[in-house]
Amino acid sequence: MQNKSIAQLAADLRLRTYSSVELTRHYLERIARLDPRLNSFISVASDAALAAAERADRMIATGDAGPLAGIPIAHKDIFCTAGLKTSCGSRMLDNFIAPYDATVVERLSAAGAVILGKTNMDEFAMGSSNETSYYGPVKNPWDPTRVPGGSSGGSAAAVAARLCAAATGTDTGGSIRQPAALCGITGLKPTYGRCSRWGMIAFASSLDQAGILARSAADVACLLDEMAGFDPRDSTSADVPVPDYVDALDDDIAGLRIGLPKEYFGSGLDDRVARSVHAAIAELERLGASVREISLPNSMLAVPVYYVVAPAECSSNLARFDGVRYGHRCAHPQDLDDLYKRSRAEGFGAEVRRRIMIGTYVLSAGYYDAYYLKAQKIRHLIADDFARAFETVDVIMGPTAPTTAFALGAKLDDPVAMYLNDIYTIATNLAGLPGMSIPVEPVDGLPVGLQLIGNAFAEARLLNVAHRFQQVTHWHQGAPAGFE
Amino acid sequence: MSLDASDIEKIAHLARLAIAPESIERYAVDLSNILDLVARMDAIDTTGVTPMAHPLHMSQRLRADRVVDSDQRELFQSIAPLTEDGLYLVPKVID
Repeated sequence: MQNKSIAQLAADLRLRTYSSVELTRHYLERIARLDPRLNSFISVASDAALAAAERADRMIATGDAGPLAGIPIAHKDIFCTAGLKTSCGSRMLDNFIAPYDATVVERLSAAGAVILGKTNMDEFAMGSSNETSYYGPVKNPWDPTRVPGGSSGGSAAAVAARLCAAATGTDTGGSIRQPAALCGITGLKPTYGRCSRWGMIAFASSLDQAGILARSAADVACLLDEMAGFDPRDSTSADVPVPDYVDALDDDIAGLRIGLPKEYFGSGLDDRVARSVHAAIAELERLGASVREISLPNSMLAVPVYYVVAPAECSSNLARFDGVRYGHRCAHPQDLDDLYKRSRAEGFGAEVRRRIMIGTYVLSAGYYDAYYLKAQKIRHLIADDFARAFETVDVIMGPTAPTTAFALGAKLDDPVAMYLNDIYTIATNLAGLPGMSIPVEPVDGLPVGLQLIGNAFAEARLLNVAHRFQQVTHWHQGAPAGFE
Repeated sequence: MSLDASDIEKIAHLARLAIAPESIERYAVDLSNILDLVARMDAIDTTGVTPMAHPLHMSQRLRADRVVDSDQRELFQSIAPLTEDGLYLVPKVID
C-alpha cells in the first residue's frame, strides 16, 4: 500500500479494496516499526488519526467524501494543529498546543486527509540539515550516517521511507527543495502567497511559503489542488485564480524552452551531480523541449542577501517569544528583563540565537542602510535577472543542491559552510518564484535533485514538466533499502 | 567586519538574549564570519535601485475594520505560563 500513488489510494478507498482505517493502521505500524531509525516524527497522533480515518470511511460510504478522503499525510511541525503539539522543533514551544489549525491544515483536513502526526524539522526552520532540532537530528533513509537536508528534513525522510503518503513543508531558502533532493523525492515550493501563511509559525515573512513533499509530481498536484488559494486571514496571500493542477499534468511539453543558468553549473558543483542533472535535461529534450544557456548575473549574491533579509525578519518575528503568553518560561525570574532574557536563551538553540543576533545587528541604529536596505536593493536586481530570463524561456533548470547528502555533523560547526548548501535555491525565494526538486539518477546510491524554477504562479507548468519526466523515468520510484 | 565582546553584549541585550560570558568569543567569531559572507554585497553598485519590499511587488491589503472573531481569552490563556483572574503575570515592574 505504501508504494501506491495518492490517486491509486483514493481509487482503492472508494472501491473499498481496503478502508482508510486499515490504511492508516498500516502507516502507523510502519512509523512505530521504522521511525526509530530515522527520528522523522516529533509527534504521532494515532488515536486522532484513526478517528479521522473512521470519519473518512463513513463519508466515502455515504458518497460525500472530499478528494483526499482517508489519505494519511503528515504536517511539518511548523503548522499549527489544534489540540496537537506544535513545537517548531524548539524547546521554546515544547509545551505549545495551538488553539487553532493553520489554514493549510484546515484545507487539507476539509478535503478528508488524515493527519498521522507532525514531522521533525530544523528549529524554527533555520537549518539545511535537520540537525538544529531540539528533538535530535533526522537520519537520511538512504544512508543513516547522512543528513536528510533541511529544514523540512522530517517530512522528506518520512515520505522517502514511505511512512506517510505525502507531507507538508515550508521553504524560506530551500527548505522543501533541498531535503527533497537529498532524500530522493519530489518537492514543490509554490509562488510566494500561493498557499496561506496563516497559522504557519513565521520565520522570514517576505520569503516563507508552504508547500508539499511527496513521491511524485502527480501526488504533489493532488495536495496543491486543495492547499492553494486566497486566504483573507493572511495579508500577503495572493488573490490569484487557482488552476486545476491535476488536470494540467498530462499537457504536451513539446516546444518547452528550458534555460540553464551558467552560474548554476560553475565551480562548487559536484561533477557527478552535474552529470545526472544534464542527463535528465537530455531526457526532456527527447520529449520535445529545447535548451539554451541563460545568465542570472546576480544570483551568486543570493546567499549574502538572504543572510541579511532572513535574520532581520526572524529577529523581528521571534521577538514574540517572551515567556509571558505561551512557550518556555525560565524558573524564578528576578525581574521582567531577566524573564525575557533567560526564557529566550533557554528556549532557543544555538542557530536560532545566532540568527536573532545577526538580524538584531543589521537592523540596529546606524546599520540599517548598509545591510537591510542594500540587501533589498540587490534582491530587486536578482528578481530582475529572473524576469529577463523568463522573456526567452519557460522553465529554468539546474541542480537543487551542489552535492548529495553530507555526513551528520560535517557542517554543524561552520554556519557559513552550511548556508552555502542553499546556493541554488535561495534566489528563487528572494524573487518569490515557484521552484521544484525532482529525483534524477543517483550518485553512489545517494539521491540527486533536478531543480525546476518557473515564473510567478506557473506551478501547473512545473508539475506538468515534472510529471512528463516521471512518466518516462523511474528515479522517483526508488525506495531506500529497508523501507520498500 | 569584525565584532568584539562589547558589540556582542550590546546585540544580545537588544535581542533580549541572556549570554554566558564563555560563549561571547564564539559568537564574535561566528557572527563576524557571517558578516564577511554578507560583505560580498559591497561589490555591487546599487545606485538608483529601488529596494524590493515584497517579492511580487504587491502592496499591503487592508481589511474592513469589523469584528470577525469572538473572545477566546480563556482558550488563549490556557497555554500561558502564569495567569491570574484573566491577566498574564510577570515579575513586578513598578513598585
